[in-house]
Amino acid sequence: MTVLHERRPPADPATRAAAVRAAARRMRLHVLNMGEVQGQGYVGQALGVADMLAVAYVDQLRLRPDDEHWPERDRFLLSTGHYAIALYAALAEAGIIPVEELETYGSDGSRLPMSGMASYTPGMEISGGSLGHGLTVAVGMALGLRHQGSDARVFTFLSDGELDEGSTWESAMGAAHHRLGHLTAMVDMNALQADGKTDTVMRIEPAEEKWAAAGWFTQRVDGNDVEALLAAFDAAAEQAAPTGRPSVVLCDTRIGRGVPLLETREKAHFMRIDPDEWELCRRQLAEGDS
Amino acid sequence: MTTVTTTAPAPKRLTTSAMIASFADPGQRTASAPFGHALAALAERDDRVVGLTADLGKYTDMHVFAEAHPDRFFQMGMAEQLLFGAAAGMAEVGLVPFASTYSVFAARRAYDFLCLDAAEPSLNVNIVGGLPGLTTGYGPSHQATEDIAIFRGMPNLTIVDPCDSVDIEQAVPQLAAHDGPTYLRLLRGKVPTVLDEYDYSFRLGKASVLREGRDVVFVSSGLMTMRALQAAEKLAGHNVDVAVVHTPTIKPFDAETVVAQIDTDRLAVTLENHTVIGGLFETVASAVVRAGLGRRVLPVALPDEFLAAGALPTLHDRYGLATDRVVEKVLAALG
Repeated sequence: MTVLHERRPPADPATRAAAVRAAARRMRLHVLNMGEVQGQGYVGQALGVADMLAVAYVDQLRLRPDDEHWPERDRFLLSTGHYAIALYAALAEAGIIPVEELETYGSDGSRLPMSGMASYTPGMEISGGSLGHGLTVAVGMALGLRHQGSDARVFTFLSDGELDEGSTWESAMGAAHHRLGHLTAMVDMNALQADGKTDTVMRIEPAEEKWAAAGWFTQRVDGNDVEALLAAFDAAAEQAAPTGRPSVVLCDTRIGRGVPLLETREKAHFMRIDPDEWELCRRQLAEGDS
Repeated sequence: MTTVTTTAPAPKRLTTSAMIASFADPGQRTASAPFGHALAALAERDDRVVGLTADLGKYTDMHVFAEAHPDRFFQMGMAEQLLFGAAAGMAEVGLVPFASTYSVFAARRAYDFLCLDAAEPSLNVNIVGGLPGLTTGYGPSHQATEDIAIFRGMPNLTIVDPCDSVDIEQAVPQLAAHDGPTYLRLLRGKVPTVLDEYDYSFRLGKASVLREGRDVVFVSSGLMTMRALQAAEKLAGHNVDVAVVHTPTIKPFDAETVVAQIDTDRLAVTLENHTVIGGLFETVASAVVRAGLGRRVLPVALPDEFLAAGALPTLHDRYGLATDRVVEKVLAALG
């Protein structure tokens, strides 16, 4: 049975980074193809976080692609349910769902609904979407797995908008109090939420100080810099986990990353893309690879 | 120069105190912390069982479990959203969590977390809510008078309103064995022991006829079953013969048993420690209408208002839950 990523990735840093980058490129193409099915969606955010999710699914998580319920698997909790389109691309890249299935995204009867739901999709651990939930569940999973003697790790993905939610901070305190060193939060700091720019909706800065004050091993990196992401996750595993400190990696990402047409478009929470633009987006993505 | 002589005022004599927080009658048989002992005993047999609380372990009898099984008890701080989200996470990995707080906080503060993280995936998360209905004199901040109304609409959730220590002791293992989320309206501290005098055992999802009677049929849950039995005794002295049907499981509701009992010429009365909106009365009314019965049902329930602070005996009398108030209401209805 295939097991992805036993605890220590054996490859050298350059090889790891190259593998993550190649996966992220394929995931961005998956995102554009899924977005075209619906003609709209959280495509901008998904392009922005492709590098974060590629690091998780290609380099970090211990998984058996053909056994989604393997008890010893690392857990990845997508708190930001509307980022499902991004996670489907990662699940396809990890071999948990077939690539061909992505074209059913958001359609009637599909296993890939527009907001992530655990009962629909293999590998989707929770039904996110009501924001501020993922970290609460992650704390319980991490407590439970440790209680059971498992060495599985728990990752949760949340967005900067979720830092508005009180439950996020209840959980931040709880994870530190219970010394959950095997819990890692990754936060998409794309500076945008539903009603506008994050700093106009609800100031969350200085975010690093808040997490650090809550007792977390806190790092802030360019979320589109694969080497920086790998170094941050390595540091989380090597420096924080043995001391029982939960880790957070605050990842500054660029919405639309990899597709200049979308990177430069006026930022919108729900980005509309015209029918004739999808092919242009794919061309721009391919040009970026050359 | 004027000399002012002061004398200490005589201490006020209180007839009742807000600190009286027990609904047991003087001299009544009670069991101490039946929930905590039942959970601790269950944990001896089932290593999946864990306990959590949100800074209310001592006040939900969870401390008994925590002392018996300290490695299986998790203090989540005064953070109810975390409490129930984390309980869902524990259930996700195969544990059977019992998570306690007051009913007001479970129902009002943490609803979204219970709904989406525990009920939607139908996880074995067991909510233990202290101070249900009118079981404290601390006023609306602590009186969960509408908890059933809030929770009844949540799909997959089983709701249990136990009468006494017998119900609680027998319900705990059945709640753990039930594959889905549950809500227990906890009675804590010295809890009356009543149902052992009847040929009764708690069966999840089932109503039980505790007492037969020709003139009136009571359908009751929670501590109001105790009052229903007391009122039935008193009404016998007025030559009124009262049947009592105990319905500790509010959802799923044993409509078959209850409707059969109401489908007679007897006066039908529901008794509940909950607002008249959205609780047992409306559950029974719904079952009666669905069955096509055109029968009157008289509710004994809390009014649709925020209740006063004070001492429980006073408040139960004022709001109609006291046994004598029940007797009066039935006699008036019978004319």
